[in-house]
Amino acid sequence: MTVTVESRASKQAKKVALWLTTFVLMLVMCLPGLWVVLSAFRPNREILAKPPVWIPEEITLDNFGKIFGFGAEQVGIPVGSYFTNSLVIALTSTVIALIIGVAGGYSFARYRFRFKGGIFLGLMLFRAVPGIALSMPVFMMWSRLGLVDTKMGLIIVYVSLNVPFTIWLIDGFFRQIPQALSEAAQVDGCTRWQAFWKIEFPLAKSGIAAAGVFAFLTSWNEFALASQLTRSTDSKTLPVGLLDFTAQFTIDWAGMCALAVVIIIPALILTFIVQKHLIAGLTFGGVKG
Amino acid sequence: MIRALTTRRTELAPFLLLLPAVATMLFVVALPLIFSLWTSLTPYKLTKPNTLYDFIGLTNYIRIFGDWDFWEAFLRTIAFLTVAINVEFALGLGIALLINKITWGQRGLRTIMMFPMMFSPILVGFQFKFLFNDHIGVVNNALQSLGLTDQAIPWLVDAKLAMFSITLAEVWMSTSVFAILLLAGLFAMPRDPLEAAKVDGCNSWQVFRHITLPFLMPFAYIAMAIRSLDVARAYDLVAVMTDGGPAGRTELLWTLVARVGYDEAKMGQANAMAYVSTILSVLFTWYFYRKLVAARRYMGGAE
Repeated sequence: MTVTVESRASKQAKKVALWLTTFVLMLVMCLPGLWVVLSAFRPNREILAKPPVWIPEEITLDNFGKIFGFGAEQVGIPVGSYFTNSLVIALTSTVIALIIGVAGGYSFARYRFRFKGGIFLGLMLFRAVPGIALSMPVFMMWSRLGLVDTKMGLIIVYVSLNVPFTIWLIDGFFRQIPQALSEAAQVDGCTRWQAFWKIEFPLAKSGIAAAGVFAFLTSWNEFALASQLTRSTDSKTLPVGLLDFTAQFTIDWAGMCALAVVIIIPALILTFIVQKHLIAGLTFGGVKG
Repeated sequence: MIRALTTRRTELAPFLLLLPAVATMLFVVALPLIFSLWTSLTPYKLTKPNTLYDFIGLTNYIRIFGDWDFWEAFLRTIAFLTVAINVEFALGLGIALLINKITWGQRGLRTIMMFPMMFSPILVGFQFKFLFNDHIGVVNNALQSLGLTDQAIPWLVDAKLAMFSITLAEVWMSTSVFAILLLAGLFAMPRDPLEAAKVDGCNSWQVFRHITLPFLMPFAYIAMAIRSLDVARAYDLVAVMTDGGPAGRTELLWTLVARVGYDEAKMGQANAMAYVSTILSVLFTWYFYRKLVAARRYMGGAE
C-alpha cells in the first residue's frame, strides 16, 4: 500500500520536474526575443536608465514612427526603402527559386538517371560555399556587369542560394506522393505534363509553399553577401540597415529594437503557418533515399 | 523505332528539368569560384586594378600559411565549430527526449522551438549584443540588481567572455535544428523494439544506447548536413557582436577574410583565405552527407 502511494508521489514529482525543466527551457528560448520586442516599445532613455527601470513606465510606438520617418524625431537611416528592397528582393528570388526548384525536385523524385547522386551532392556542396567567400568574386564580377548595388544583382545571388535547399525539400515532398497516382492518370489518357499539374502539383502544394517560406526567409535574413553587394537605398536590405545603426555615433538601442521587430514579424508569421510541412519536408527528404 | 525514341526522350527529360538549377549554380557559384581561384594566384588589390593580371603562383597561399593571424583565426574557427556543434547536438537531443515525454502541448512547444531557426543571424547577434551590453544590457542589470556582482561584467569586451557570448548566441540560434529533427525521429520510431527490449530486461540506459540512439542517428545527420550548409553564418554574429574585437581575439576565418579583402583591399590574399574557408565548409558538408547516405542505406537494409 505504502509502496503504491510512494511511487505515485515520485511519479508526480517526476512530472513536475519534467514540466519545470521544459518551462525553463522555453523561457531561455523566448526571453531574449521578448526582451528585444519589449524594448522596441520603450523610449530610449528608459533603456539607458541607470539604475535600470524594470517595469516599463511608458509604452510608445514612437520608435517605429522614428525609423520609418514619421513623427517629430527621425533617424538618418531610410528604413522605409530598405523594407521595400528586402520585400522585392526576397519575393522575386523566392518565386524564381521555386520555379527552378520544382522542376529540379520533380526530376530527382521521379526519374532515374546517370550521375543523379553526384548532381544532387554537387548542388549541396555549392550551397555550402561561405557567403563571405563567395561575395568577393561575385563582387568583382558584378562590378564588371554593372550589377553591384542593384536589386537584380542580389536577386540572382539569392536564387542560387535557395535553389539547392528548395530542391532538397521539394524532392522530399514529391516522393511522398505515390507514383501510382500519376501513372494511373497517364493510363487514363493524361500526358505526363497534365498528370503533373492535375495530380502531383496539387498534392505537393503545401510542401512547395513551405519550401517557398524557407527560401523567402533565407533571402530576407541574409547578411554576408548583401552587406558587400549593396551600397545605397537602391538595394540595401533590412539586415544591412540594422548594422547601419551601429556605425552611428551614439547607438539608438530603441530604434534598433524597433527595426529588429520589423525583421522578426514576417519570420514569426511565416514560420507559424508552415512549421508542420517544413518538418515533414526536412525529415522525409533526408531519411528516405 | 518509336519505342527507342520515347525512351530516349525520357532519358533527356530529367536533365532538361535540372538544367535551370545547374545553370544558375554554375553561373553564380562555380564561375565566381574559378575567378576567385585565379585572383588568389595574383597580388590583386582593389585600389590597383592592373594587378589582377600578374600571376604570382602560390605566393598568397605561402604567405597566409606563414601568417600567425591566419592560423589563430583558423584554429579558433575549428574550436568554435567543434564546441558549438557538440553542445547543440547534446542540448538538442536532451530537448527532444524531454518534449517526447510530455504528453500535452507538444505541437506548441515544437512551434516555439522553430522560431530561433528562422531568425536572421544578424538579428540573433544584435539581440545578444543588446542583452550582454556591459552598460545597459539586461544580463548585467539583472546581476547587479540581484546583488550577485557589483561590477559590470564585460561580456563582449573581455576576449574570453566575448568568445563565450558568441558561442552562446550560436548555440541559441542552432540548437533547435537538432531538437526538431531528433524529435521528428522520436515520433517516427516504432514502439515494438522498445517494448521487446524492456520485456527482455534491458534498463532504460541500454534501451537508449542500443535502440533509440542508432535509430536517431540518420536524423542527427540530416541536422548536421543542414547545419553544415550554413556554418559560415557565424560571420554575421561576429560582425554585429564584436566585429572580431577586442584586438582580433574573436576573429573567425570569415571575419578575417572580410577584413583583409574589403577593409585592407588585398583581394588576392583574401581570396586565398576564402578558398581555405570554402574547402573547409565543403569538406564538412560532404562528410555529413556521406554519413547521412550511409545511415540511410543501413536503415533501408533494416526495413
